Amino acid sequence: MIETRGLSKKYQDRLVVDDVSVKISKGGLTSIIGPNGAGKSTLLSMISRLTSMSAGSAEIDGLDVTRTPGPELAKRLSILRQHNESTLRLTVRDLVAFGRFPHSAGRLTDQDQQHIDEAIHYLALDEYQHRHLDELSGGQRQRAYVAMVMCQDTDYVLLDEPLNNIDMHHAVGMMQLLRRAADEKGKTIVVVLHDINFASCYSDHIIAMCAGKLAYQGTSEQIIRSEVLSDIYQIPMQVHELAGQRICVYFR
Amino acid sequence: MGLNPRGKLLLSLTTLLALLSVLGFMTLNVQSEWTFIVQYRGSRLLGMLLVAVTMGLATVVFQTITHNRILTPSLMGFDVLYVLVHALALLLWGTEFGASWPLELRFVFEVAVMVAIALLLFRWLFSDSVRGLHMLILLGMVGGLLFHELADLSLRVFDPSEFSIAQGSRLANFNRINLQLLWVGLAGVVLCGAVLFRLRRQLNVLSLGRDVAINLGVPYSKTVTLLMLVICVLVSISTALVGPMLFFGLLAANLAYWLTGSHQHRWTLPASVLAGVVCLVGGQVLFEHLLNTSLPLAMVIELCGGVLFIALLLRGVKQ
Repeated sequence: MIETRGLSKKYQDRLVVDDVSVKISKGGLTSIIGPNGAGKSTLLSMISRLTSMSAGSAEIDGLDVTRTPGPELAKRLSILRQHNESTLRLTVRDLVAFGRFPHSAGRLTDQDQQHIDEAIHYLALDEYQHRHLDELSGGQRQRAYVAMVMCQDTDYVLLDEPLNNIDMHHAVGMMQLLRRAADEKGKTIVVVLHDINFASCYSDHIIAMCAGKLAYQGTSEQIIRSEVLSDIYQIPMQVHELAGQRICVYFR
Repeated sequence: MGLNPRGKLLLSLTTLLALLSVLGFMTLNVQSEWTFIVQYRGSRLLGMLLVAVTMGLATVVFQTITHNRILTPSLMGFDVLYVLVHALALLLWGTEFGASWPLELRFVFEVAVMVAIALLLFRWLFSDSVRGLHMLILLGMVGGLLFHELADLSLRVFDPSEFSIAQGSRLANFNRINLQLLWVGLAGVVLCGAVLFRLRRQLNVLSLGRDVAINLGVPYSKTVTLLMLVICVLVSISTALVGPMLFFGLLAANLAYWLTGSHQHRWTLPASVLAGVVCLVGGQVLFEHLLNTSLPLAMVIELCGGVLFIALLLRGVKQ
């Protein structure tokens, strides 16, 4: 379980995340939604110790993230942020292999190679595995980074806007893959999403944030409702049930 | 993950060339007693080898933790910072208290002060807020110039005679290596080399960026601070031995990337040292014995490095 208590982040005088206490239970896919500047990414990066916290605490399976040694935490929790640009000329396989670092400290065993093969296959990157990252399209590169995180083989996988800059085809592929990772491998997936309909169709739980505060949390059915969403985004939103999926309409 | 065949070939050739350079430096045109030659040329050789090792390692590591292939510790003014600390420290050595300190101890003290200042500056430059590469180069250039002028000023005030000597050695000079510091320099290099060898796998992860490194469990700020400390010590040793060199590190590091075609530090670190040895010792052999010219080697190396710097900048602008 991921649990935060009174988590806050202050930049100068501005509170970006304000006293957020939330529990994300083990298993399933949880989405974090909310308008720009609501503090979603900051919350995620504090939970994953990428950003220091101004107040409060975060725990992963009872381990305080600020006090647990880095290598120990890296075996339980992985995080992928939005901007992953490397100046290195790495092949996809090289990058994915880095995911084994917490387990083998850079000395790859046969078992590690198996994990790498599996992750590459899982993300359908087999034919690209010996290509360099700078020769790939944005979507393929994003998949390579997700493969690295999968290869890390942690119980908790946190992704910050994994659908950014990829087209519908690959966005659907990515969400299906995350869903499969949750269902088949029992991973706990937490994603920051901007597309409310992806959140509606793929999440078990949704956490909604507004102006740094936790606004709502609950199951997908509890959050994807017109009155809740209208309040979060401050525009009229209608929720329709189409082909068994709850779809939000808000374009006009 | 080994090296590709091209990398293996080029690295072996460089190793061979480096060995030949060392051999040539020690044996060409020997006209006097061997004991004298070994002592005289040997100490100069050791000095040049130390400079090659320090600049190569410091630059590759610095470029790894700052994620680019253009910035170097020298370009950020680290070596002039050492010169400044050295100039200010003259005040202390002039007092009764300081005058009794042996030269090696003075050097260690100066390095410690320089490391402290550099770490503070580094914290400020590479803090949470992201600055563009060109901004950093600009800051480094301005900072370097500032340190430079401050060092000049303080020398002129405290010790006019020392000032005229320092003026003469503005550019690195391999015929006037500070031999008194060879042994303490060697000790420092061995220590720093051992640290980098231990951290070689962490360095590979660090080159992926801060977030990925933390995700993969590298204790980021602790490791980067340690690496910065190592870089400062290496740069100080090189500067104390021969003087500041602006572009040599850049040349050695980029040659290493080109030679190995690899991102792995177990290859790029030794390759940068070998490339540096070929440039320095090989260049010295070429100038002194084969071409018989009195052209200062440091100037030629700086010229090559400078051209490379401009080329890298232009390529960066195009992308």
